[in-house]
Amino acid sequence: MDWLHWLFYVGVILGAVPVMVMAFIWLERRGLGRLQLRPGPNRAGPFGILQPVADAIKVLTKEDIVPVAGDHWVHFVAPLVVFAPAMLVFTVIPFQEDGGLVRGLVPDLNIGILYIVAVSSISTIGVFMAAWGSNNKYSLISAFRSMAQVVSYEIPLALAILGVVLAAGTMSLTGIVQAQAVPFIVMQPLGFIIFFIAATAELNRTPFDLMEAESEMVAGYHIEYSGMKFALFYLAEYAYTVGISAIAATLFLGGWKAPWGVGPQVGVLWLVVKILLVFMVILWIRGTFPRVRVDQLMGFAWKFLFPLSLINIFIIAAESLAWPGLPWWLLFPNTAIALVLVVVWSGLFRLGGGRVQV
Amino acid sequence: MSKFDRFGLGLAKGLALTGKTLLSRPNITVQYPEQRLDVSRRLRGPELVWVALKCTGCATCAKSCPQGSIELATSQELVDNKYEVVEFLVDHGRCMFCGLCVEACPFDALYMGRGYERAAYRRGDLVLPKEKLQMSADRQPSAYCRPEMEAELPLQTLLVYGQTRAKR
Repeated sequence: MDWLHWLFYVGVILGAVPVMVMAFIWLERRGLGRLQLRPGPNRAGPFGILQPVADAIKVLTKEDIVPVAGDHWVHFVAPLVVFAPAMLVFTVIPFQEDGGLVRGLVPDLNIGILYIVAVSSISTIGVFMAAWGSNNKYSLISAFRSMAQVVSYEIPLALAILGVVLAAGTMSLTGIVQAQAVPFIVMQPLGFIIFFIAATAELNRTPFDLMEAESEMVAGYHIEYSGMKFALFYLAEYAYTVGISAIAATLFLGGWKAPWGVGPQVGVLWLVVKILLVFMVILWIRGTFPRVRVDQLMGFAWKFLFPLSLINIFIIAAESLAWPGLPWWLLFPNTAIALVLVVVWSGLFRLGGGRVQV
Repeated sequence: MSKFDRFGLGLAKGLALTGKTLLSRPNITVQYPEQRLDVSRRLRGPELVWVALKCTGCATCAKSCPQGSIELATSQELVDNKYEVVEFLVDHGRCMFCGLCVEACPFDALYMGRGYERAAYRRGDLVLPKEKLQMSADRQPSAYCRPEMEAELPLQTLLVYGQTRAKR
């Protein structure tokens, strides 16, 4: 029956993720419209709900253009290299409790979170391949920016995850969810803030979307892509956003666990609700903040996130040594420490206040 | 600006503002085919409105037209001390909507229009004879150079008048 398990969950993931991605694309466009005083797409179907379908059909019928001077094979493979890791992230997300109806493909992988961190960095290579294969200067500048950004933000991201691993005592995602009697967002607010900001930067979403800055480099690394290849980049961006939301929901919001014990049988629905919640916050941030400059981007990662994530690890480690099992009342000192650290540390440096300062 | 704006309070303020717009939904987009805005009362719309009863066929409009896009011909003999206008042809494809013909008309027989959906598939369709130039339900005159008409027309839909939504 082993092969049946694999077949079933591969089917579930390959089916559910694109459907979710399409729903989230619709949600993002409608929500973003609301935030910007406009209705968003509202022509295709009721409330414009068929807009992603219409877009998909349009993009499938588009001509596929490959630059003559580009590297054809690299140009062809790059969208797949970007898209595959976004799907691979979902293989280790646990959907439900042990003994539940749908558990996930490999929810008990003992290095689950390490696997996610490893796999999600692969897509950066795809971005660079796309830029190289396109033989376009804007694509290359975009890929350089993306590389620098991902390398800088991967460190606080991994360190924030390390705080969770320290507190849970395991790298398995199922174990991490089970360890959250109180969700880690309450227990480690500082870690969550760092994780969330770094993850937004990893996703190249709006305050940190320097690599596809429309006003500077048109569309960045996928400027030379059209048709289904472009659609794959688009899908991968959203699939990865959903993936990061799922990771955030699993690591910090208690995954499948039902809050206040309401309906523990439908853990997978709770997981979807929590993913939706995280996604809405990402969307809200996208609709609010302007894009940062390159120097601000780097300064923020190295002057703010990196030291704070180190301090966070020290705090969590000391607490786990002093009070093994981390009792719930630790959330009060941890919240206080997070507030004080954010306020004090942001006073320690300037990010060039409107001018480039060398 | 408070002292804590630099410490992350500014970000929270921005989030609160967009959150408010998300919940209050002040949607200012006009859903065009279903909703329409009222245009300016003195619009020089892309059409002329001709009133046959007032026209004496003096051809002042045709003489004032810098493009020469108005053709006017009257009958040879007087009927009731009046020349009948036989032909009044306006080429809207060449018209630049300067309004000089309307200003020149000594008998207020010519008006600029208020419509704005006057595109056609062929150039020939833009040359309108006198039957089509007359006032009708979807061919209303504007108050350009006719200030006495202005009071009857609806105000233009503008945010400065406090109208955030178009009338249905």
